[in-house]
Amino acid sequence: MEYQGKELFRRAGIPVPRGYHAAAPARAAELATPDIPEWVVKAQVLMGGRGKAGKVKFAKSPDDVASVAEEIMATPMPPNRQNPKGEHVNSVLVEEKLPITKEAYCAIAIDRTTKRPVIMVSRFGGMDIEEVSEKHPESIAKFFVDTAIGYSPFIGRELAFQAELDPGYRKAFPAIVGGMYELFFRYGAKLIEINPLALTNDGRVMASDAKVELDDDALYKNPEFKEWQETLPLDEDEELAAQAGLGTRNFRRFDGNVGTIANGAGLAMATMDAVRNAGGNFANFLDVGGGANAERVRNCYELVVNHTGAKVMFINIFGGITRCDEVAKGIVEALNTTKSRKVPLVIRLTGTNEEQGRKILADAKMTPVETMDEGAARAAELAA
Amino acid sequence: MSIFLDKNTKVIVQGITGSEGSYHTSRMLEYGTKIVGGVTPGKGGQKTEHGLPVFNTVRDAVDATGATHTCIFVPPPFAGDALFEAHDAGITFAVCITEGIPVHDVLRVVATTPGMRIIGPNCPGLISPGKSLIGIMPGHVFKEGSVGLVSRSGTLTYEVVDLLTRAGYGQSTCVGIGGDPIIGTTFVDCLREFANDPQTEALVLCGEIGGSDEEDAAAFIREHMAEMPIVAFIGGRNAPPGKSLGHAGAIISGAFGTAQSKIAAFEAAGVPVADRPSAIPGLLAQRVPAAV
Repeated sequence: MEYQGKELFRRAGIPVPRGYHAAAPARAAELATPDIPEWVVKAQVLMGGRGKAGKVKFAKSPDDVASVAEEIMATPMPPNRQNPKGEHVNSVLVEEKLPITKEAYCAIAIDRTTKRPVIMVSRFGGMDIEEVSEKHPESIAKFFVDTAIGYSPFIGRELAFQAELDPGYRKAFPAIVGGMYELFFRYGAKLIEINPLALTNDGRVMASDAKVELDDDALYKNPEFKEWQETLPLDEDEELAAQAGLGTRNFRRFDGNVGTIANGAGLAMATMDAVRNAGGNFANFLDVGGGANAERVRNCYELVVNHTGAKVMFINIFGGITRCDEVAKGIVEALNTTKSRKVPLVIRLTGTNEEQGRKILADAKMTPVETMDEGAARAAELAA
Repeated sequence: MSIFLDKNTKVIVQGITGSEGSYHTSRMLEYGTKIVGGVTPGKGGQKTEHGLPVFNTVRDAVDATGATHTCIFVPPPFAGDALFEAHDAGITFAVCITEGIPVHDVLRVVATTPGMRIIGPNCPGLISPGKSLIGIMPGHVFKEGSVGLVSRSGTLTYEVVDLLTRAGYGQSTCVGIGGDPIIGTTFVDCLREFANDPQTEALVLCGEIGGSDEEDAAAFIREHMAEMPIVAFIGGRNAPPGKSLGHAGAIISGAFGTAQSKIAAFEAAGVPVADRPSAIPGLLAQRVPAAV
């Protein structure tokens, strides 16, 4: 969250507004010192669009800080497309209100094509970068960093000129980018973003917001961040996936009524596409993962029937490393032992140990279909 | 001919005594891959259950066996280091199966190991059917022939290969490049090799949503490979933006990486895009007859 990002920014010497983080309105007021004439109180949430949701407010006195904080924390962030559940506001960041005259954008991310870190700068700060890249693509200046050489201040100078930042930014900018690069490199981050990078009427350049995206795969290198990541709420789909023993990215729900289970993410996506091609609507994405055993198959079956609108289930397995007989055992066991509702199954089972798998299904009076297309068509028909 | 490996390619396995490494070494040996040894630090001098020599370092393994290729099953925290070690010992071709390597480790490795081709990480490896297999692909699905294949996914590759084989199209080399955002070898890297391979007469490219690798491939084809019959497939046409489905790389953000943009790029390059895997052999047949 923003307050955590700003804590990291302080460590790297990136200027941030004076302020503090508080989990209760009373505490927020207690920490408000009289030397600051006006405060801004910001909800600490992961969702974007705080301003529009009324979750960023100004306050002129400690009492004011308390009542504004209370107001912000009283209701959750309203749902949006990214997060249909909304998000509770558990804490606020209270900061000196900056006399901002200009807002710029600066970020370091990883570029897939060049396989290098890319520094991006735009004079259009304060708005979503995707909106900027749509409306003013020419305004975004980029530099692809050679990781073997690293960052040098000329890069920041060059970018400031190229992006036509206000001259007021020039002096401070190279060191700020340097601090960002240091954080990016030191913590193996996927994204460091300042939006907006503010220029004040008294000539200061400050990170008015802070976004740091860490790499889950690198958390073992920085155990101090484990706690941060663990406090990140999983969304409902991710939570359900984790409960079923799947990776958090292996399950996603949609609106349709054809449940899908496949092995491998590529095949699982192709299975959804096949259902749509057959005129059906898929209820979910589910990658059962490699080496699926009976228990895993049952968990997946229950996950889909209990949490989606599936009227029929299409199980699409291509046995490579995964063995068809194991999966077949799992399907039979799932149906025999599950306490969940039963839906018609359409099974497609091909590849390693296919014959044994088919025999197990046949003994249980189930007949698999031959191809993915046939299975998708049958499932769509049954769900219609 | 084939690309990247043939029946004489000498391969070592890093992490050969681990459970994954050991199991897949057996499968590769069964397929006929010339595995000449493995590396597990501290177990040098021992023999594996397959009777292969174990070395403490990649350098020892290369000196003793003359291996040029390595297959890496080392856990994520040590996989970047394993790649650096392979490069330092003179290995020219590394297949990295490991999933979950910190992305900055991968960035550093790909930027600083010139002369060593890396397939993956987080990939199923590659196979030249009838000759050699490095990785975890199920060899029995493949059949030797003249169609090259590059894919970002594993099981979808097997699905497509199975359809090709049934339709009478054998394969020259099939490469699973992996679905991560940063990978050592891209579609274009594979295309360059296939363009010069006498065995390869046609190509199938299996892409998916996310990134711009497919768009880059389309541009390369338009420029350099207009003569080669090529068919593409894009997985995830119906995936919503902003959500990653399984593969870390399969995420649509903004206008980038959508199935529509990839399909349009391929079609502009004269590459027909199958709307489903089962349509691939038919599209191929319009340009090259199947060898039944």
